This record gives sequence, structure tokens and C-alpha cells, in this order.
Amino acid sequence: MSVNATPAGAQAAAEAEAPDGRHAAVPEQRSRRGSRAPLSENKRAERRLGLLLCAPAALVMVLVTAYPILYSVWLSLQRFDLRFPDERKFVGLENYVTVLTNDFWWTAFGVTALITVVTVAVELVLGMGLALIMHRTLVGRGIVRTAALIPYGIVTVVAAFSWRYAWTPGTGYLANLFDGSAPLTERASSLAIIMLAEIWKTTPFMALLLMAGLALVPEDLLKAASTDGATAWQRFTKVMLPVMKPAILVALLFRTLDAFRVFDNIFVLTNGGNETSSVSMLAYNNLIRGLNLGIGSTMSVLIFITVAIIAFVFVKLFGTAAPGSDDGERR
Amino acid sequence: MADIVLDKVSKRFPDGTTAVQDVDLEIADGEFVILVGPSGCGKSTTLNMIAGLEDISSGELRIGGERVNDKAPRDRDIAMVFQSYALYPNMSVRENMAFPLRLAKLDKETINQKVDEAAKVLELTALLDRKPANLSGGQRQRVAMGRAIVRQPKAFLMDEPLSNLDAKLRVQMRTVVSRLQKQLGTTTVYVTHDQTEAMTLGDRVVIMRGGAVQQVGPPQELYDHPRNLFVAGFIGSPSMNFVHAVVEDGRLRTALGDVPVGDRIRRELEAGDAPKELILGIRPEHFEDAALVDDETRRRGMEFEAPVDIVESMGSDKYVYFTVEGERASAAELEELAADTGAADFAGGGSNLVTRLSAESSAREGETRRAWFNLEKIHLFDPGSGRNLTLQEGRSAGALAD
Repeated sequence: MSVNATPAGAQAAAEAEAPDGRHAAVPEQRSRRGSRAPLSENKRAERRLGLLLCAPAALVMVLVTAYPILYSVWLSLQRFDLRFPDERKFVGLENYVTVLTNDFWWTAFGVTALITVVTVAVELVLGMGLALIMHRTLVGRGIVRTAALIPYGIVTVVAAFSWRYAWTPGTGYLANLFDGSAPLTERASSLAIIMLAEIWKTTPFMALLLMAGLALVPEDLLKAASTDGATAWQRFTKVMLPVMKPAILVALLFRTLDAFRVFDNIFVLTNGGNETSSVSMLAYNNLIRGLNLGIGSTMSVLIFITVAIIAFVFVKLFGTAAPGSDDGERR
Repeated sequence: MADIVLDKVSKRFPDGTTAVQDVDLEIADGEFVILVGPSGCGKSTTLNMIAGLEDISSGELRIGGERVNDKAPRDRDIAMVFQSYALYPNMSVRENMAFPLRLAKLDKETINQKVDEAAKVLELTALLDRKPANLSGGQRQRVAMGRAIVRQPKAFLMDEPLSNLDAKLRVQMRTVVSRLQKQLGTTTVYVTHDQTEAMTLGDRVVIMRGGAVQQVGPPQELYDHPRNLFVAGFIGSPSMNFVHAVVEDGRLRTALGDVPVGDRIRRELEAGDAPKELILGIRPEHFEDAALVDDETRRRGMEFEAPVDIVESMGSDKYVYFTVEGERASAAELEELAADTGAADFAGGGSNLVTRLSAESSAREGETRRAWFNLEKIHLFDPGSGRNLTLQEGRSAGALAD
């Protein structure tokens, strides 16, 4: 502060000497022109301070995320099976060839992609409905919002267990509805139940993100649209959705990244049986159960790359940005 | 093109508050009517009810002779301009203006032609491909107007359309709005809290307070013949001076001296339930520097002496602020007006008199000056009811009338 005070003070003194009449006539111009020179210096100091303030957090991030990621990449380039520790050796991209030519990997990848696409699509539709309800509710707004958020507040594993018990033949109330069938023993029905559990669990999160987007739509805009002759549906599609687009994209991005790493529900409901493994399950099985650090790490790295590609596509191609922040096209 | 009739229209909110109460108003085809009043007076609610954005609790609304109480906004064929402009941020200027036409399912050629026409009228042709974010406030405002006029609706409804513009642009846009309305001859209802806009724009002005209409009439009539204290205080800038007056022996004792009253006022004051205290209202321009008044004029008014507080020279005339001793005029209406302008918090002691004197006046700050005021132009108000006692058959005749 004390460094910057000098030029600003000199500026003020110079201004004070200017003839009064001109002063009053062009106050706006004067302040703009006058403040430019010291501002850049201010800005540089501000930027330096900003970097310094970010540094501790950035350092911690590097330690807890960058190091493990780099270590995984390093492991993925080695033959490294803890059951045969003596055979550890650098093999280059051999592990990648192994994984990418393996049917198990591609089956798991397909399952994961299917779960991601279906759950995110359904969650978007349901979440939008829920968000509209929460946004429009006048009576008992707090209760409605709390009730809608309960599934998201329950620990995923606990929720998954309750779903599993519900579908267990003989004792589960849902299984009994279908004449004691055992849907978790068949592939299609298992996948359906996994997706159902995912959707039930994370729709509230989607709704919450979308509700933040709804709050961005000015009331006047909707009023204007109705006097312009728009029906409720036209107001929704032609006015609300375009204005909400940034929020929708952010919600989709978050949910897609999350959904692609689906693990808990599958782990509890089927444990990957009947070819219902996701890529995360497969990596876990190889890495932790199979103790094959090389192959397991390769899979982890591949998941990381896929997720990075998804994020890249969203940010660069669809122009996803945080809601409310300036997006380049408009300026 | 259509007339708009409000027949005892009221708005009550679920929580029991009454925002608008029994508003009767007939707006002729092609008329430009201004709804004006302090914030919370129900003017915007009234406009929203005409637009169909708010339900009407009771009463009837007719547009073009047809009852539209239960019609959706889109079926009323009206266009609205908002204070926030309410432009669709994802659409270009052209798309914004074409939006109502596209919804009306007109063919592309007609839409383009109509948009181009409207853009020409509002000088927006060069901006048609821009997004609203890249426009200045005044340009956005014009686009909002353009979106309203392309459709040639039965009526324009404008909700403080100029309030977000800076002072200079507001004056400029005022003439644009006025010219446009005359050119198109479309019935227009315009809401504002700015009495200058109300005075300059409308064919007729509706002054509202607490959900009720106070007075309806052409601007000059409201200015010259205010029906009550609220209207008198609201219309005019600088506003009317209010002086406390006590009725004694058929005269009015005020800080400006004893004011004589004519027979008519005396009769009114001698009635049993007549108020013993009054509020005397004088507009700033009805004062003059006593040194500049000729004898003929002098007889029609009276003089007083008071210390000059501040002199503001406007070039064409001078605003001279006098400090006068004595009790301040007080009434519910005046407090409400003061609260609206934010003047309530720095009232200070004594009262200030704003006068508009000739530019030739040599009044200087600090001196005690003799000033004259016109008795034919003063108004007397009952502080209890706010009624203007000098008003006879809608005309104000001053305190001396017989």
C-alpha cells in the first residue's frame, strides 16, 4: 500500500492544480485518464500478491494429486506384480497394449459409457423438473428442498446396501413385488438397478446446480416473453434454457465426470458380476485384489485420460464456464 | 389500437395487503396516460394487471371493449417495455425484435421487413447483428422499444422504461418516446416515479398513493389545481412550499405574516367542523423580489421579510432559499413525500422557503430580504384530510376569492 500511495498522491496533487471549471465539466474523462498509469503498477503488485496467496494451496495440490498421478504413470510403464516382486522391470507401453487389446477392458468401458450416458441424461431431465419445482414452490419451500436433497445426503455405500436388500429375493420388498425374482443375478436387470440407484442418488445434486442456473434467469425476461406471446413451453425452451446454458453445461460436466468413475453402487450391488464392472471396478480388481500394480496403474491412467478428454470437450467445444463468469464470446 | 377501461380494479395479495384499491380509469384509444406516484403506490401492480402478469382480485379490465380479466398476457395483444429492458441475452438485436413476430408465426419475409422498418424508426439498423451485451444503455432501451412496436399491438405498457438511463440520455429518450407515441398513435400506459417525466410526456396523468388514485387530469391541471396536499406536493420541481397557518379572527396567522382570506374561504372556515389549523401552499414561482414588483401587481399579494439562506442562480432566474421561523407544516401526506425523496432525515429546525425570483433580483446570501407572494395563487389545505379548500368546482381560485 505504502509504495502505491506515492504516485496516486502525486496524481491527486496535479489534478488539484488544474483550473476548476474544466474539472467539473469532464469528471468522468479525467478519472479515467488519470488513473491509468498507477493502475498498471497496482495491478502488478496485486497479481504478485494473488500468486503468493495461492501458493500454499497450489503446493498442497501438487503434493497430494500431481505426485500420485505421476507415480501412477511411472508404475504403468513397468511390469510390476506384487506376487512376483522380483520380476519388476521397465516395459514401456506394453501394459497399455495389454489393456487396450483386452475384452474385459472394453466390456467394462462399454458398461461405464452406458451408465454415464443414461444416468446423466435421465438426471438432467429429472433434475430440471425438480429444480423448477423447488424454484417455483411458494409454500414450505424449505421442506421441499430438504426432502429433495435427502438422497444426496445419504452415504452412497449405505444407499447401495439398502437397494441391494430391497432387491434380495425373499426378504426385499422390491424383489417381492416382482414375485421373488432375483434381478441382481442377471446382467440387464443388474445394470438397470445400478443406474436406478445412481439416478436416485445424484438427481438432487443435478437439481441443486440447475436451481442456481434458474436463479440467473431474470423475472422480467419471462414476463417480457409472455407479453411477447410465448406459451409456458416456449418461455422454457426459448428463454430459460438459453440463459441457463452455462449452468446446465457445468452441471452436465460435473455429473459426467462423476458418473464415469462409478464404483460404490456396482461394488455393493453386483460386485462386478455378470459383466457389470465399470472401468473403476476393473482397475480396483487388478490393482488391489490382483496386486498387479503395473496393469492396475495403466487402467487408472487410462481412466484419467478419458476423464480429461471429457472435461476438455466440455470446456473447449461447448464453452463451459462457471455460471456468472464472463464468457469470451459475449465481450 | 384500443381503449383500456379499468372498472373498480383491485389487487389484494394472499398476505392480506391491498396493493391497488378500486381503480377506475378510462383510457381512450391512442391516449398517452402516465401512472405516477412514490414507490409502493401500486402503479406497477396496476400496469402488471393490465398486462396480465398479475391476477386481478376484483373489478373488471376491458381492452377494446372486451373483458380480458382471465386472458393470458399472450392473448391480450399488448406489448410491454421494462425498466431492465428484458432483452434476451442469447439473441441478436434482430432476433430480439423478431421474437414476438416469430411466435405469431409470421413468414420470414414479413418478419424481416417489419424488423427493418422498426429498426429504421429507432435508428437501430447498424446494430441489428449485435448481442444486447454489446450495446449501451440507451441502445438497449431502443431495442426494447423496437421489440414492442414491431408487432403493432393494441397498447404499449411501459414500466419505468427510462429509469436506468443517465440524466442526459433520459431527457433525450423522453422526446423519442413522445414522438414515437404520436407517430404510431397507439394507446400507451406509462409508469414512472419521476414527476418531470409525468408532466412532460402524458396526455393525462394519474397520480396514485397507497393503491388509490388521487387525481387524474392533464399535467397542467394537476399543477394548477391540485385536489389535495399529496398531489400538490408531488407535482412540481422544486416542489410547492408548505407553511403552517392558524385560523384566527377570519385571518390566517403564518410565519409570512397575516394572510387575509376571501368570503368563500371564510364561510368554509366558520363552519362547525372546520379545521383550526391549515397548511398554506405556495409554488416557488409565485414569489418575487419585493423590489421588482410594480404597484399594480403588489396589490394582489403580500410581502414579508426573511433572511436569505442560499441563492442559486439558474441564469434565466434565481432560486432563493429563505429561512422562516415558526412551526413546520405537518401532515401524513407531507411526511410520505419527504420519505419518498429521502429528505425526511435532514429536515433540521425551522422551515425553508424555496422561491423562484427574477434573474434581476439582487438577493445575496446572509442578508434579510423583502419578498412578495401572489395571494391569488396560494392553496389552503386541511391537514387532516389533505383536501384543497381553495378548490371550487375543480378550479383553484386562491385565498381571496369571494
